[in-house]
Order: sequence, then C-alpha cells, then structure tokens
Amino acid sequence: MSSVWAIFKREFAAYFATPLAYVFIVIFLFTMGAFTFYIGRFYESNIANLSIFFSYQPWLYLFFVPAIAMRLWAEERRTGTMELLLTLPVPLWATVVGKFLAAWAFTGVALALTFPIWITVNYLGQPDNGVILASYIGSLLMAGGYLAIGACISATTNNQVIAFVVSVVVCFLFTVSGAPLVIDFFRAWAPLALIDAVASFSFLTHFLAITQGVIDLRDIIFFFSLIALFLTANIVIIDLKRVG
Amino acid sequence: MIEISGLTKRFGPITAVSGIDLTVGRGEVLGFLGPNGAGKSTTMKMAAGFLAPDGGYARICGHDIETDTLEAQRQLGYLPEGAPAYPDMTPRQFLGFIAQVRGLSGDAARNAIAAAVHKTELDPVLEQPIDTLSKGFKRRVGVAQAILHDPPVLIMDEPTDGLDPNQKYAVRQLIKAMSPDKAIVISTHLLEEVEAVCTRAVIIDRGRIVADGTPAELLARSHHHNAVTLIVPAAQADAVAARLKSIPAVADVQQAVSNGEASVTAFPKDGALLIEDVSGMASRENWDVKELYAEAGRLDEVFRAITTHDATRARESRA
Repeated sequence: MSSVWAIFKREFAAYFATPLAYVFIVIFLFTMGAFTFYIGRFYESNIANLSIFFSYQPWLYLFFVPAIAMRLWAEERRTGTMELLLTLPVPLWATVVGKFLAAWAFTGVALALTFPIWITVNYLGQPDNGVILASYIGSLLMAGGYLAIGACISATTNNQVIAFVVSVVVCFLFTVSGAPLVIDFFRAWAPLALIDAVASFSFLTHFLAITQGVIDLRDIIFFFSLIALFLTANIVIIDLKRVG
Repeated sequence: MIEISGLTKRFGPITAVSGIDLTVGRGEVLGFLGPNGAGKSTTMKMAAGFLAPDGGYARICGHDIETDTLEAQRQLGYLPEGAPAYPDMTPRQFLGFIAQVRGLSGDAARNAIAAAVHKTELDPVLEQPIDTLSKGFKRRVGVAQAILHDPPVLIMDEPTDGLDPNQKYAVRQLIKAMSPDKAIVISTHLLEEVEAVCTRAVIIDRGRIVADGTPAELLARSHHHNAVTLIVPAAQADAVAARLKSIPAVADVQQAVSNGEASVTAFPKDGALLIEDVSGMASRENWDVKELYAEAGRLDEVFRAITTHDATRARESRA
C-alpha cells in the first residue's frame, strides 16, 4: 500500500510541476461554462438545477479525459523512465493503481473546481442538492471509466498522439453504445441478449440514471467493474510488453 | 551474488542475447564490453527484471528475477541505459521518491539521500529541475538513485557516459570505494575504464561471451603485450631494426618515421620479456635512444581482434 501511495504522490505532483495542470483546468472550466451558459442556454431555461451542465459532461470528457490519460504510460516509455519504474521493487499492480488514482484525483480536482456553478444555481433558486451531489459522484465515476480505458491504451504505445486518438474512439464507442448508431448495427443480426449486453455498456445510460438523482448500486458496480477490467488489462499489456 | 545462466533473448528473428553464463561475486567489479548492439544492455535489462528472458535465468543474491522479482530488485541498484529520470522533478524530489519506493522513511531516508548526494557530488544542483541539468549531472542523478539504498548488487549501464574527465575519475573512485562489499557490473565503451576500475572484463559480441578474464589476462592476448619501443634518430632506424631482429625472442620489428625520429617496435615471440635484451643491446651498440619503453598490451587491440575476427568469421560462414 505504501508503494501505491509513493507512486500516487509522485504522479499527482507531476501534473502541477508543469503548466499542464493549470492549462487543463482553465480550459476545462471555460469549456464547461461555455457549453452550459451559451450552448445549453442555462439562464433562459429558467430551471434551478444542473441537468444542462451534467448533460454535456460525457461529451466533454470524451476529449478531456483521454488528454490526461494519454501521457500516463506513453511518456514513461518515451523518456525511458519506464525501465526505472519497472526495476524498482514495486509490484506492477501498485504502479498501475497508483498512476490511475493520481490521474483520477486530478480530474476530481478539475471537477470540484466547477463549484461556482453550484453556488450560482443555489443563489438563483432552490435546486435539489441531493440530485446535484449524486450527479457529481456519477460524473467522477464516469471520468474514472474513461481514464481506465485511456490508461490501458496509453500502455500499448510510446506515442501520445496515437494513445489520444485511439482512446477517444474507444471512449466514444462506450459512450454511445446504447444509441441507435451502435444498436442498429447489431439489431440486424445479433441475438437480443447481445444487443442488451452492448447497450448496457453505455456510459450515457448509466450516467443519466445517476443524474436523475437515483444512485442505483448497479450503475456504481458498472463503473467500478469497468475500471477494474481496464486496469487489469493495463497490467497484462505491460507484462506482455516485457516479453518483447 | 549475481548468477546468470543460459540467459537468452530474441526479438523476432534476431537473437540479441544467446545463452550468457556469468557469475559475479562480492568484491568483483565486472566490466561488460562489446560493440554496439552486442547485447550488453539487453543482458542488463533482463538481469534487472525489465525484460523477460526467453531462456535461462538471472538470480540476484539467490532470488530469481522472474519468480522472486521484488526481493531480487530490493537487493539491486540499477542504472538503466541513458540514466532516465523524471525531467520535472529536482534531484532532491527524485531521490525522495526513490527512497520512499524503496521503503525508506524519516531519518533513514534523509541519511540515505544525504550520503548518495555526497558521494555523487550533487549538492550544487539539488533544487534544480533535472530537465535543466547538464548531461554529467543527469548521469550522476542516475548513479545516486542506484546506490541510494546501499544495495549489495549494482548493475550500471554506462555510468560514466557523458562525464568530463574529472567526473569520470570521481565516479570510478566511487565504484572502487564501494567494491569491497558489493558485486558490481558496469558496461562501458571506454577500455581505459576497464583497466582503471574493473577486476574482471567480459567481452560480448553478437549475444555471446567471447572473452572473460582479468584485464591483465586480456592484455596478455594483445599483439603489443611486452613489446618494446625505441625512439631513435631516423638515420639509425634501419640499423636498429636489423639488430633487434637478431635477438632470438623477437618475432617481428616494425618502424615508423615522423619528424626525423623513428619509432622502432620489437614484438616478442609468445609474450616473452624483451626489455632487458633490448636495453642491453642499446647501451652496447651506443644507439642514440631518446625513449625506450615496454608495453603491457593494448586493450583496444584485443577488443578489435576478438570482435572483428568474429564478425569476419560470421561473414565467411554465411558466404
């Protein structure tokens, strides 16, 4: 456990050692605001809740989260620190988990800094703060899902651009797997059970369920098992790369 | 303390390392030599647990690097090729991270960092991002990281690459000072480094060990081993060469002229000692000798002979 903490601390500090963290957070907050107030017409809607704000999040995460995840392993490989990291007496799972948790905590910080919008909506009306809290939790879980996918893909390459592009595509498929675009493709030939299975992988479906204010254990389990699955794949990929 | 047996690594159709056997004990400093691409780094990467071997095993203090990885890595200090470090950390932060990962905390960590910093003379740059350091300092940060936990086994890939002569000297002194109670393997391109710090030299070529012995033993294989050179006026050179050839133990005499002076070298038969015969003859014949010296041998010559000879043979066997 202490090695997870050591890896986490180094990785988390690394975000703030360069302008990366500040640039990312500023642009993330600006984009969130722009979508909510201008495109989402938050004021004109005259509704005192944050459903507009949260409805854009899956689509913004689609680009922002792979941008964080792409460097996780690709950069270690490119600079050669991967060799250092893997020859230190740290179990591989601890390295994978520590790095993932650091990236997750960083997205948590960025998400938490959207709090002015929560203050705004409370100033303007009486929103259901329970629903808002549930939505924030759901949002963080969804970000974790995207991150785990991105981290796993980052481990396959030493090229950050490739890691980013592939992650965006894979994350997109997970986002929309409940939408007609994907389902129609399967509907023509696949058995109903498979269609249901594919649809059940949709981030959108699970996230929207949570933003209704209902924290269903199944939605939570979905995101956690997805994270566990991709982190396991992450470990396997790094181990396979050792074989050469 | 390091046991390597039958270690093999293939990358696709290429066999980078092919059945290397090596045992290194306490007090030994083994110099790992070989042309670029001979498999030095690959062997070290396998011994440190970064690459998985396709065959054979490596043990550090009795712990197999593949099956008992963490225990083996605890006993090992490893400097990877190119001395990688996190560019945005300062050496102090970086060494702090390494200490924490290696389970050192509080005073133990502070003392270990202070000792490593002192030994590698990193004090002036402790608070600068590693990114901004010169090549020499970066290399020393890597060395400091490897020796931080005072490991019984040290494997360092080119520890003096990029250092200036003073820094090279300092790192070599450091290696020598640590050597009595450690098993150390260093790879290098610098043959003088082998003579300066190593108790044993291993030359590998195309994935195989082609020579293994003390530096003196390798030197004895040199054409120049015990050869004697005289510097005489150019006008006397032919006469001197003719007389030297008359000594029974002399196999061959070569001469080279530059700036009116000739350097005449007598090569011995079977490494026989010539110096007394030659100096005796020089005083009897009243040659105008400016310099007279015997050579222990030239490591670069041995290196070239072993590794290029091998390459030629490979070309022939393919043809």
